[in-house]
Amino acid sequence: MRNVVDDQASRRRKLLRCDGHVANISPAAAAETTLKKLLKTLQLAPLGDAAVYAEFGTTLDLELNRSLQALATAVRARELPWMRDVVPALCGIALHIDPFHPELPDPVLDACRTLLEEGFQAAGKYEDSGRMVEVPVCYEPAFALDLDEVVAATKLSPQNIAKLHAGSKHSVLMVGFSPGQPYIGGSDPKLFLPRRATPRTRMPAGAVAIAVGQTCVYPFETPGGWSVIGRTPLTVFDAKRDPASLFAPGDRVRFEPISLDDYERMKPA
Amino acid sequence: MIRVLRPGLLTTVQDIGRHGMQHLGIVPCGAMDPVALQIANGLVGNNAHAGTLEITVLGPELVFEAEALVAFSGAEMEVLVGGRPAPQNRPFIVEKGAKLHARRVLMGSRAYLAVAGGIAVPEVLGSRSTYLPAKFGGLEGRALRAGDLLPLAEDAAALAARRYLKLSRREEKHGVRTVGWSVPSLTLPEREPIVIHAMEGRHHAMFDAASQRAFFDATWKVSPDSNRMGFRLSGPVLARVEAAEILSEPTCLGTVQVPANGTPIALMADHQTTGGYPKIAEIAAADVPRLAQLTPGGSVQFARCTLEQARELRAVLAQRIRATLRGLAWTYGT
Repeated sequence: MRNVVDDQASRRRKLLRCDGHVANISPAAAAETTLKKLLKTLQLAPLGDAAVYAEFGTTLDLELNRSLQALATAVRARELPWMRDVVPALCGIALHIDPFHPELPDPVLDACRTLLEEGFQAAGKYEDSGRMVEVPVCYEPAFALDLDEVVAATKLSPQNIAKLHAGSKHSVLMVGFSPGQPYIGGSDPKLFLPRRATPRTRMPAGAVAIAVGQTCVYPFETPGGWSVIGRTPLTVFDAKRDPASLFAPGDRVRFEPISLDDYERMKPA
Repeated sequence: MIRVLRPGLLTTVQDIGRHGMQHLGIVPCGAMDPVALQIANGLVGNNAHAGTLEITVLGPELVFEAEALVAFSGAEMEVLVGGRPAPQNRPFIVEKGAKLHARRVLMGSRAYLAVAGGIAVPEVLGSRSTYLPAKFGGLEGRALRAGDLLPLAEDAAALAARRYLKLSRREEKHGVRTVGWSVPSLTLPEREPIVIHAMEGRHHAMFDAASQRAFFDATWKVSPDSNRMGFRLSGPVLARVEAAEILSEPTCLGTVQVPANGTPIALMADHQTTGGYPKIAEIAAADVPRLAQLTPGGSVQFARCTLEQARELRAVLAQRIRATLRGLAWTYGT
């Protein structure tokens, strides 16, 4: 693992080079079935007159999220001049339009429906974009600020918490709230915790925190209501780096446990 | 270069915004009143993407180290150039070494100062807009401070001379080289409470009947702890029928969300891209710039509208913006 870590910068560049481009095309039959299922449950609602929200459900479903990531990528790849942002979220996709664009179709709701339906045709090839982000995490008590509460709530030992978390197959369900802030799903169900009753006023940048079956890696020092189980030495968001955001929606994520020494060595100067 | 003697209350570099990156949590940001920004830029012959200064309530004191063609649009401000009153909504020349002092707003809350050639800070992620919450864009990701130097286009002085000569009805007024015409302000607040159109939000039905009515009946005040991220609206406390948790989902410019304390927040230019608070309303896109011109303490009423009415409001505004910019573009031959 040491080598992996040493080669981190170049590997990260390689891994994160593409955003919305296809590395491996593997349209699994199962995935197509999910996409078809999605199309049937498609509900479009205006978010005011400058955005449309396509909702596919109201409860978190990892498989559904995986498919809607592919759909969002397919719609974004059209690069329509009046479409400003295609934002995949936990259970739906928001389409933000330029409300003053001269080529804006009318009615825009119908155009968005057509766009999504066409997106389904193309989405198959965007399944499994092939990106894998490896995130070194120091799970030592020095960084696991809420370890006692997590131990009490899960009845797991600190070692097992780290092992279960790092061993889970994670993926980025949504990036939002702050620039580059990922909502990562896929944690072992034994790690399910509610949000903290009292949010922390200062969540350190790089804090790895869990709640409601998800993991967040905080890009900035902000308030936050999730339980901190570790910290990454990586810079999650840097507007002057290319790419600025370590995580993009749809990325697969592997958390790799590192020691305090590793952390010290890897943290930005 | 522009040298900053005093920064004013909150002066930031803003352009038309940073679009296409909301899926990475990067909000468009940009001018709170993009209509006034476009007009200010148009007045000096810039395109809509040029960087301007967004001036909030109390303006800065600036020294121009080269001659420049500038214009103010948006909030009406008391502005002195070399100690003489400067015009609003008209291009004028600031002489080399002259001091430009924007004092306080007389009407509205945000004025845009455009300079021919633009405020030439480097683009970050495709825009010169300052995003204060994550400290990037604009001038080092922050508001102006005393002692700052703002870069202008290299040929700003030459541009000023060339563009000024293209203007019709040039005249000197109180010793300031300007023109004998002006363009209208399109977003200044009329008599308060101003009326802002809004559609029912996705979660409107989650609120109890009294709260549903109260949102459209009440007169709301913009509370003092409002900022570029959102306007907190003080008025009746809005309550939900049941406090079920909502999964975090995308939000928009103009979304009105209601946190657990029942005080609605209208999301403005620097809003977060996603949120888990219920959305009681969505403000019509055409009316967001007018809301942005309210000062803290200003009052607003929401008029219920349909998607179709919102579209009509947009068409009317777009037509007025086009008519204004077309005349300016013709003047400058751009």
